[in-house]
Amino acid sequence: MTPGFARAALALDLLAVDPGLSGLHLRGPAGPARDALLARLDPALPPLRRLAPTAPEDALTGGLDAAATLRSGRMVWTQGALGAPATLLLPMAERTPPARAARLAGRGRTVIAGDEGTEEEALPPGLAARLALFADISGAARGDLSAEGPDRAAIAAGRALLRSVTVPDKALAELAELAATLGIDDLRRLGHAHRAARAHAALRARGEVGAPDLEVAAALVLGPRARRLPPSEEEEQAERAPPPEAPSEGGPMPDTVLDAARAVLPPGLLAGLALRGAARGEGRGARRKGGARGRPLPARPGRIAPGERLDLVATLRAAAPLQRLRGGPPGQVRILPEDVRLRRHESRSDRLLIFAVDASGSAAAARLAEAKGAVELILAESYAARDHVALVAFRGEGGETVLPPTRSLVRARRTLAGLPGGGGTPLAAGLAEALALARAARGRGMTPVIALLTDGRANVPLEGPPDRVRAAEDAARLARLIAGDRIAALVCDSGLRPSTQLRALAAAMGARYLPLPRAEPGALPAAAKTL
Amino acid sequence: MTVQPVSATRPFPFSAIVGQEEMKRALLLTAVDPSIGGVLVFGDRGTGKSTAVRALPALLPPIEAAEGCAVSSPTAAEAPAWSGAGRRVVKKPTPVVDLPLGTTEDRVTGALDVERALTKGETAFRPGLLAQANRGYLYIDEVNLLEDHIVDLLLDVAQSGENAVERDGLSVRHPARFVLVGSGNPEEGELRPQLLDRFGLSVEVASPPTIEERVEVVRRRDAFERDRAAFLRKWSARDGKARAGVMRARAALGGIGTPDEALRDGAALCLHVGADGLRGELTLLRAARALAALEGEARITRAHIRTIAPSALRHRLRRDPLDEAGSTARIERALTELWG
Repeated sequence: MTPGFARAALALDLLAVDPGLSGLHLRGPAGPARDALLARLDPALPPLRRLAPTAPEDALTGGLDAAATLRSGRMVWTQGALGAPATLLLPMAERTPPARAARLAGRGRTVIAGDEGTEEEALPPGLAARLALFADISGAARGDLSAEGPDRAAIAAGRALLRSVTVPDKALAELAELAATLGIDDLRRLGHAHRAARAHAALRARGEVGAPDLEVAAALVLGPRARRLPPSEEEEQAERAPPPEAPSEGGPMPDTVLDAARAVLPPGLLAGLALRGAARGEGRGARRKGGARGRPLPARPGRIAPGERLDLVATLRAAAPLQRLRGGPPGQVRILPEDVRLRRHESRSDRLLIFAVDASGSAAAARLAEAKGAVELILAESYAARDHVALVAFRGEGGETVLPPTRSLVRARRTLAGLPGGGGTPLAAGLAEALALARAARGRGMTPVIALLTDGRANVPLEGPPDRVRAAEDAARLARLIAGDRIAALVCDSGLRPSTQLRALAAAMGARYLPLPRAEPGALPAAAKTL
Repeated sequence: MTVQPVSATRPFPFSAIVGQEEMKRALLLTAVDPSIGGVLVFGDRGTGKSTAVRALPALLPPIEAAEGCAVSSPTAAEAPAWSGAGRRVVKKPTPVVDLPLGTTEDRVTGALDVERALTKGETAFRPGLLAQANRGYLYIDEVNLLEDHIVDLLLDVAQSGENAVERDGLSVRHPARFVLVGSGNPEEGELRPQLLDRFGLSVEVASPPTIEERVEVVRRRDAFERDRAAFLRKWSARDGKARAGVMRARAALGGIGTPDEALRDGAALCLHVGADGLRGELTLLRAARALAALEGEARITRAHIRTIAPSALRHRLRRDPLDEAGSTARIERALTELWG
C-alpha cells in the first residue's frame, strides 16, 4: 500500500472503532482508489449515503413525499439524510455551501468528505473543523486496489476495548504541546487527537495509549492541520534576538496616507459601481426571480411547464378549503388545475470584489502604501454591503491570488498589510489572474467586480523577457477580454500623474478610471475637488 | 429505537467549562435580567461557545406557563386559541431553542397546518420556532452564516417582540420575546451591523493560552463523554449553586440602587468611546445592575461598569476598519483615560 492509502485505510478502521471521531477529510480524486477505500468501510457503521453538494434541502431534512401524499390523502414525509444515523459521503465536499456544511458533521453521524483538491478551494471550515481525521490518497497506486482487507476481528475487539483504554496525563500533555507548536488553537482538534490516539490503542489491543498511538494521532489529526511549521533551531535563535526594524510598507500606514486616500475616493464608490453594473444587466442586487433558490416569494398560480417547479404544499393549501365543496370520496384529495401553485424565489447574487494590486518596484513603497489605503477604504464599504473580497497581487514575473474569496474583513486586512513589493510590472498576468477568479466566481453564481490598482507601467508580458510594448499589448488584450465578459471594473491610477495609457486601458476594459493623486497634504483638497 | 436514560441527552454542565469567564458572566447576566438583550459570542472554533449555551437551561429557574401552550403563555387566559393550552398552569423549564442554519421561513414564523387543512378543511396555525422560544432563549450557532432573509425576519421580531403571520388566509400574532444568543467565527464572515446592534452583550472568546488549561478542557470533555451520569453527578452541586445565585440575583434586582454617579459614569464612557445610540448606555447600566445583583451588592459601582463595559460596548463602536487594535482595546484605553 502507498503511505497515503495506508493512512486513509487506518483512518477508516479508527472510525469503525470509535464513530465519535465523527469523520474523515479525504483528499484525492474520485476514482478507483476512493472506491476501493470506501469498500473497506466497516459493516458495523451505518450504510453509506451519498449527498451531493447541490442536493436539495429535502434530501437533508426530509420533506413532503408528493406521490405518497397524493395517494393516501394525508401528509407523508420522507426522512432526510440528517434524520437517521448514516455514514455520509460528500463528493466534491469543497463545493458544499458553508451554511449547510456546518450542519452535516456531528450528532452521531460519520462524514467522509471527499475533497477533490483540484481547485483552489478548501473544505468549508465549519465542516473541516468537525472531522477528526485527514488522509490524502491522490498518490494512490494500482497495488492499493488489491490491498489486503481490514482486520475486522481487530476492529470488533477494539470497539469492545475502547472504553477501558486509558490515556496517561503525560500523553495528553504531549499532544497539547504538539498542537500548540503547530499553531493549532482549536481545542476540538486536540480532543480529536486524544480520541484518535485512544482508538488506535484499542485497535492494537493495548490498554494504555503509548508512543505509537500518539504518532498516529499526529499523522492523521494534527500534522495535516498545522498552521505553521515547527521552528527550526536557527529560527528559534533568531526569535530570541531583537526583531529587526519592520519595513515601512508592512507596518501601520501613516495617517496622512489614509487621509489622502480618503479624500480622493468618492463616497459611495461601490454603490456607483453597482449601478453601473446594473445598467449592464447585472451587478449587485441583480435580482433573479426563479424557482431555484434564494428568498422565497409567495407561490403564484400557474401552469406546470418545463422549468417550473410545483409548490406542492401551496397547491395543497389552495385545494384544501374546497375539498368539501368538491365532494370527492373521503380520504382522497381533489386537485384541479386552478389549484396549481408554482414555486418562486428571489435571490441576490453575492458580489465578489477582486482587487488586483500592483506590487511592483515602480509602484514604489509609498505608492503601494497608498494603494493599500485605498483598498482598505473600499473594503470598509464592502464590509457594510457584505461583499466577498479577493486579493490578487502582481509583481516580478506573474500574478497570484494572495487571498482567495472571503467575507472576512480581518483576513483581507491582514493579507494586505503583509503584501511585499518590488520587481517588474506583469500587468497582463495580474489581469489574467483576476479574470480567472472572476470567471470562477461567476460559475458559482456570484457577481464579480474587478478593482485594478496600478501605475500602469506594464513591462512584463505574459510570456518572454521584459518588453514594454508587448507587455502593453498583452494588458490591452486582457482588458478587452474583461470587457467582453461584461465584468464591472474600476481602475485606480496610483502613478505620480495620471497616465493616458492607463486611461486607455480602462476604456478598453469598460472600466471607470480614477486617478489617485499624490499624497501631499496641501494638494489634497484641490485634488478632491477635481473629481 | 432504544430508550436512552435521561442523562444521555443532558448537556455538559455549565460550571465544568474551563475558563471563558467573560462569556459565562454574560450568559448569567441575561439569566438574571433577560431585558439586557441577547449575547453574541464571537471567537475561535472549539472554545466551548455552543457548549456554554446548551448548558444554560440547567441554571435557569423554571417558568410558569399554561399547560401545553405553544407560546408558553403565563396564564390560560393569555394563551391564544390555537396554542393548545390547557386551563392549568404548570412549571416548565425555560425554553432554549436552536435555530438551525438553512431553516425555512415557515419553520421560523410558523405557517398553515397543511395536514389539518387537508384532512379537516380547517385553517389552523402551526407555530414555529419563534413561538417555542417565547420567554426563553433563541440560539443561532454560526449566526454570521445565517441567510439574509431569515436575519431580516429576526430583526423585525426582536424589535417588536411580536411575531405576525399574515398569509395563506392566516392572520396570527403572538408574543415572541426571547434572548437572542448567537455564536460564530469572525474569520468566516462578519455580521450585519443591524443584527449586531440587537445583541445586548458581545463577548470574544479565544482558546486558553496555557497547555495545562487546554489539557484540562480535553480531559473534562472526555470524562463527560465516557461516563455522562457520573460527570453530571460530580458537577451537579456547583451547577446548583450557580442556579441559586441566579435566583437570588433575580429577586434582588428590583432593589439595586442606581446612584447618580453611575448614570454619569455610563454616559461619560459612552461619549468617550463614541458608542452609537442610547442603546449602549441603557445596556451598560442594565448589565451593571444585574452584575451588582449577582455579586450580592446593594448598588451599582464604578467597578461594575468597568467590568461590564467591554461586553456591553465593543460591538457598538463606530467601526473603523483601519484600527488594528480592535474595539476591546479602544474601550480599555478609554477606561484608563477616564478613570485611571
